[in-house]
Amino acid sequence: MSYETVVGLEVHSELKTNTKIFCGCPTTFGGEQNTHVCPVCLGLPGVLPVINEKVVEFAIKAGLALNCKINKFSKFDRKNYYYPDLPKNFQTSQFDLPIAEHGYLDIEVNGQTKRIRITRIHMEEDAGKLVHSGTTINDSSSACVDYNRTGVPLIEIVSEPDLSGPEEARAYMEKIKSILEYIDVSHCKMEEGNLRADVNVSLRKTGTTKLGTKAEMKNLNSFKMIESALAYEIERQTEILDDGGHIVQETRTWDEAKGMTVSMRTKEEANDYRYLPEPDLVPIITSDEQIEAIRAALPELPDARKKRLMAECGLSEYDAAIITTTRQMAEYFDAATAQKADAKLVANWMMGDLAKNLNGEGKSIEESPVTAQRLAELVDLISKGTISSKIAKTVFEEMWKTGDAPEKIVKEKGLVQITDTKEIEGIVDSVIAANPKPVEDYKAGNAKSIGFLVGQIMKQSKGKANPAMVNDLLKAKLD
Amino acid sequence: MNLFNKPAHVLHDMLINKEITAVELTNDLFARIDEVEGEVKAYITQTREAALAKAKAVDEKIARGEEISFLEGIPGVVKDNICTKGVKTTCASKMLENFVPPYNATVVEKLNAVSPVILGKANLDEFAMGGSTENSAFYPTHNPWNLDCVPGGSSGGSAAAVAAGSAIWSLGSDTGGSIRQPASFCGLVGLKPTYGRVSRFGLVAFASSLDQIGPITRDVTDCAHVMNIIAGYDKNDSTSINAEVPDYTKSLVKDVKGLKIGLPKEYFVAGMDADVEKAVRGAIKQLEDMGAEVVEVSMPHTEYAISAYYLIATAEASSNLARYDGVSYGARVEGTDIVDMFKKTRSEKFGQEVKRRIMLGTYALSAGYYDAYYLQALRVRTLVKQDFDKAFEKVDVLVTPIAPTPAYKIGDMVSDPMKMYLQDVCTVPVNLSGVPGISVPCGFSDNGMPIGLQIIGKPLDEETLIRTAYTFEQNNEFHKSIAPLREAK
Repeated sequence: MSYETVVGLEVHSELKTNTKIFCGCPTTFGGEQNTHVCPVCLGLPGVLPVINEKVVEFAIKAGLALNCKINKFSKFDRKNYYYPDLPKNFQTSQFDLPIAEHGYLDIEVNGQTKRIRITRIHMEEDAGKLVHSGTTINDSSSACVDYNRTGVPLIEIVSEPDLSGPEEARAYMEKIKSILEYIDVSHCKMEEGNLRADVNVSLRKTGTTKLGTKAEMKNLNSFKMIESALAYEIERQTEILDDGGHIVQETRTWDEAKGMTVSMRTKEEANDYRYLPEPDLVPIITSDEQIEAIRAALPELPDARKKRLMAECGLSEYDAAIITTTRQMAEYFDAATAQKADAKLVANWMMGDLAKNLNGEGKSIEESPVTAQRLAELVDLISKGTISSKIAKTVFEEMWKTGDAPEKIVKEKGLVQITDTKEIEGIVDSVIAANPKPVEDYKAGNAKSIGFLVGQIMKQSKGKANPAMVNDLLKAKLD
Repeated sequence: MNLFNKPAHVLHDMLINKEITAVELTNDLFARIDEVEGEVKAYITQTREAALAKAKAVDEKIARGEEISFLEGIPGVVKDNICTKGVKTTCASKMLENFVPPYNATVVEKLNAVSPVILGKANLDEFAMGGSTENSAFYPTHNPWNLDCVPGGSSGGSAAAVAAGSAIWSLGSDTGGSIRQPASFCGLVGLKPTYGRVSRFGLVAFASSLDQIGPITRDVTDCAHVMNIIAGYDKNDSTSINAEVPDYTKSLVKDVKGLKIGLPKEYFVAGMDADVEKAVRGAIKQLEDMGAEVVEVSMPHTEYAISAYYLIATAEASSNLARYDGVSYGARVEGTDIVDMFKKTRSEKFGQEVKRRIMLGTYALSAGYYDAYYLQALRVRTLVKQDFDKAFEKVDVLVTPIAPTPAYKIGDMVSDPMKMYLQDVCTVPVNLSGVPGISVPCGFSDNGMPIGLQIIGKPLDEETLIRTAYTFEQNNEFHKSIAPLREAK
């Protein structure tokens, strides 16, 4: 039997406000346990929440960047459930009037653009963290609670079930991450858990439209995890359906060590959250002026930026997509090309040697020892013919080590390209004289021999001879 | 000197005139507490050391010739669901028996700024759930007018202390009548301010959309003075109203000429005690005689208010009280696992009435019942509110009874919670609509128990309430009547 996979994502992103959503405690990751807490986030008796206005602003920003309609009348609700990491035993969240609704996001998979609808974006508070006495929850006899994370602001971005598999899910998640980084509302550090997804997946017979029974996989916090868990889950559900079985609606968790999803609870065991309007907070009323002011302050988003780089800088779609993956990369590119450096060369260097070195040392582009300014200078030296591309690689390595200006390195190491015809001619002559056999071979019709001769010439010039001139002069002498 | 018998404004003058010292006054109150507390049981915690230190400081200030503000040096008591930094705040519950908040409620901060002498924390129905103070997990409080009777509730300790002379003034909280009804049962003045007029920060929540802190005092003058101290916007309470606070003492004016008084016929319910009806109608006649214009108004949704109230209040309570789970503070009963610990802690440490309301509220919010109960109750709330809006288009204040009966015998109602809930019929609509209401003594039953008159005002119009109540009070001697217990000793 052939099936279609239907996937929807609920992406949780911690917002990078300085303070928590309902109190003045810092949101900084880490910190000694239970030091970023106060009576409000600890839910002590009698305390009241006060909304951090920055959270609302960031949520609206995200809503606009994801093409949503902003609800001018929005409110908070309490989601009631008992769990020891939740000090009030309810989470202040949004139920029927979220801050943003009806958005979309375009993703690209295999050169095809696909529009994924976004149902809603709502604001809520994060819970604390259980610190188990053992290594896993199963071999622990007790647990302690660290409330540092309690009350860190979150937005939850809920998609429609428009995704058709692991690849699209990954592309969607990457795009969400990219946009949230662009608009600067989240650190998006998946390894710190500040960007994570609950993934809903179901199968249906190919060609049918009725949704199948879904399973939800909670708290997947890496792209790879999303792909692996989905792949596993699709296989599991396919097997059940092929055997004539039924999928049980349930929440599952991804066991990284075993490489499989494991059931957490079935629908019957699921919580009835008994939502009620949060009586301690007043509704959030947003004016058109506020929304438009936030819209006006939005930075250029990845799609628009990509189009601009293609149109203005002549980059290929592929290159433009890579350069605009993160806001930091795009800004680096813009900074470099603002120096009038050749855009295509800048892009090549960014995707080539720069990317290689960054990955090698696990650095982000902001930490690059070679600044955009310096890379632009290097590209200029190449464009002007001062150095060859090959020499440029050596110069780049030196720049990476020292952070020095390329011109300085070229001067100090005597790497300036030889463009003097006489000088090159001299070397060409001496190489021809020293290598009669290859010269004969070439003349006998073995075109490949010329490569060897060019190599010898470059070697003798310590790589500095202008390769085009070498080629021309050599051919002129031999032909 | 029997200083404990006097209202705060008289004692304030005596302090200023150096007829007494704050230490004398405080010691007089201590002696009075020693005398009556065994029978009344109004207090859960006493803070004598801090009280005396405060009194000494006030005396030094007076000795230096500095001016003192109204409550400075005057002993009072705070309901034990209002957080006091470093002093146990139990909510009369085993769950919080040893809970010491590391913060003050905003009202306590405001009081501290004017240095009253706080004698301690007053008894209440557990988590303010009840109308008789019989639901205290520790002991019931007794009515100083008749020790066999309840003082009302849930602010029963706050009212009984003032009525017994073991405090001069007090703070209570009112979710469905919990200030006004005990004030009425104990022959005192009790004001539930407009929702949002007084900060709720530090008031342990029962039903957040209904709770409001207010004063219980011996007369309207004291009420106005205490309101001057506690009212006002608080950035820590998003539901507090950012509006200027008037000087309420300016409303202590004997004048109701031309005042339009509405008489909602639905509040004179069948089964109302004859003495109550007589006293209330008599009071209305008096106001009319003093120049007010009385018109009958209809508030047709009143009969649904009780049902809506007991769904909304319990729904919010089920969520508000979820935090008492034994994890990071309060009582804990160990269990075999975390869920077992939750169950044991909550089963053993909450009292019957609290558990009843948590269950009721949980049910009202549950999937499948939400629309029929909780949502329907919210709709009724809107209709009740509209009743008030419409009535206030025609009248300045509404006048009604506080409760269908005067204080009843301890134990009389505990077996019938529905009957107990119906006692709140005249007070809960006021909380549902957020308007202010005051209780002012207006007579006695045949067997000598006090009866209160309720005056209900427009939002943020506590001034007209105070003026009306003051005019009525000054035309009578009820506020000068003293509970037998207070006289006897």
